Amino acid sequence: MPFYEAIRLALQTIRSQKLKSGFSLLGVFVGVASLIAAWSIANGVNRYMTEKFAQTLYGVNTFQLRRQPMFNANVPDSVWRAWRRRPRIRFSDAEAISAGLTIPVITAWQSSDQVSVTYGNKEARDIELTAASERYFDIKNLGIAVGRPFTGEENRSGAPVAVLGEAVAKRLFSDRNPLGKSVRIGGVPYRVIGVVEHQGSILGFPLDRFVVVPALSPAQNLVNPPGILDAFLVKARSDLEMREAISQAEGIMRSRRHLRPKQDNNFVLDTSEGVQRFWAGISRILVTVIPGIVIVSLVIGGIVIMNIMLMAVAERTREIGLRKSLGARRTDVLRQFLAESTVISLLGAAFGIGAGIGLTILINAVSPLPASVSPTSVLMGVMLGAGVGIVFGVYPASRAARLDPITALRQE
Amino acid sequence: MSNVQLFRTGDTPLPDVIILTHKLTREYDMGSELVRALRGVSVQIQRNEYVAVMGPSGSGKSTLMNLIGCLDTPTSGEYWLNGQKVSDLADDELARIRNKEIGFVFQTFNLLPRADALHNVELPLIYAGMSAKSRRERAVHALERVGLGNRMDHKPNELSGGQRQRVAIARALVNEPSILLADEPTGNLDSTTSTEIMGVFGELHRQGQTVVMVTHEQDIAAHAERVITLRDGVVATDQARAA
Repeated sequence: MPFYEAIRLALQTIRSQKLKSGFSLLGVFVGVASLIAAWSIANGVNRYMTEKFAQTLYGVNTFQLRRQPMFNANVPDSVWRAWRRRPRIRFSDAEAISAGLTIPVITAWQSSDQVSVTYGNKEARDIELTAASERYFDIKNLGIAVGRPFTGEENRSGAPVAVLGEAVAKRLFSDRNPLGKSVRIGGVPYRVIGVVEHQGSILGFPLDRFVVVPALSPAQNLVNPPGILDAFLVKARSDLEMREAISQAEGIMRSRRHLRPKQDNNFVLDTSEGVQRFWAGISRILVTVIPGIVIVSLVIGGIVIMNIMLMAVAERTREIGLRKSLGARRTDVLRQFLAESTVISLLGAAFGIGAGIGLTILINAVSPLPASVSPTSVLMGVMLGAGVGIVFGVYPASRAARLDPITALRQE
Repeated sequence: MSNVQLFRTGDTPLPDVIILTHKLTREYDMGSELVRALRGVSVQIQRNEYVAVMGPSGSGKSTLMNLIGCLDTPTSGEYWLNGQKVSDLADDELARIRNKEIGFVFQTFNLLPRADALHNVELPLIYAGMSAKSRRERAVHALERVGLGNRMDHKPNELSGGQRQRVAIARALVNEPSILLADEPTGNLDSTTSTEIMGVFGELHRQGQTVVMVTHEQDIAAHAERVITLRDGVVATDQARAA
């Protein structure tokens, strides 16, 4: 019997026993659906973390020289206090690193704090004021929607010009054009020269409530004491060059701080890796727990299929006897029942893939995670479906194939 | 039977001998005792003969039927079918012989309940590896031969007993087998329908089909032109009837 005949026969049998087949594919359905959905979520988390989270907060191939890590959840008080005792990062540190690096990089100074910004009688509160140098926009990948960023010249001269986040522009100017208008930042008048593109939000935090001004402009006093920086941002062209730049910067800083070889750094060279490690831990949980669920439901599904197939062989003993008497070889009978279990299992997998994709779309719609169905997981679902059908179908099918035609035909 | 060959081990049957058994035995090991169902059966059946095999239950006629139908293999002895020695073939080769050389007709019809008449008749051709198109042609032709050309899309439960047995006969004929092997073909039918089915067998025989029929009913066996009677695993009588 050719292969497609076996498949056709299997489909006929399944169609004529819809309810039974439906139950028997349930296990595989659940297994594959959870596989697809979990994989999509893990994918989504990973993409979210690497592309959006890390890149928005740090920038690609970028490290930051800081007194302490930007992300510092779950650190003991003692560590926290030690960090607070460290010397701050100074303008001179940044300049020394800029001068000392042999790797081509772009750099920016950054200091931030919460302030109020006013225009006339309108006020925007809790706005993150960032005093930065001109390359800050490039490093943070902040596109300008209207107007322009400030220039290096404006930065060095400390020109009172401001680039607004979208939310700030909306709050203060509604739909009117903010360019050229004068806003007050901590009482100091600033001229608006640009508005940054919409940044959206991250894990529910709005990313558009900020103002960027030149690092040396009057508002620098609002964010840090004179000569002090929150962070010095360094962006390299590649991950490899970034690592080289980090080690050079580390050497420069250690010598500037007169650290002996056994002393720890009293500064950090912070990258997005830390955050990503944190999330990699979470996705590792997904990646270890979910296969367990998948395997358990696939094994259960397989056992159910095996039982159903054993029942089918018992019920259809006469049919098997008849087929053998009409010339079916053992392989023909084996193939027939194997095709049936495999098609049932594959149908379960197909429904599971459908449900998994549905779940993914749902997650996309209701959560900020950019969950996306991975083609690999679909392929794996199909393969697992076929595999379960074959593995758990072999025993019933071989029992059918081994039946003696005379006894089988005599069965009531 | 003027031209019956005196067969010795090592011989080959004459071309016209379609079934030849030589000292065929079949023993079953039932654990405590050895059941000798056949104790040396030697029969020869010519092409286009119409033979009935009779005998009381326990006489070995079912065992002989299973051996002739290649569903079983003998303990010793030879069985030649259509010029080929099949008594020592392996499982898969026997399946091929059943498919090509033998058309079974069963007492209980043994039709697939979910398949229509046409598909039931096509079944042997699927295992012969025939294409769907020629399968259909052949099955339609076979159903027409048994007078069911207008019932092809009916399922077994939509057919009368006689019609079901006709479908089964069409299925047995569709591969153009060397022998039509019927096991109590009228056992589940009333007398009118039995006569009707015997009419079909007679017509097939007239068209040149070799027919071997196992029955325990005298009046059914009377339709055959030769009756072989078994008793205690050996041939008791073997006589041609007056045509």
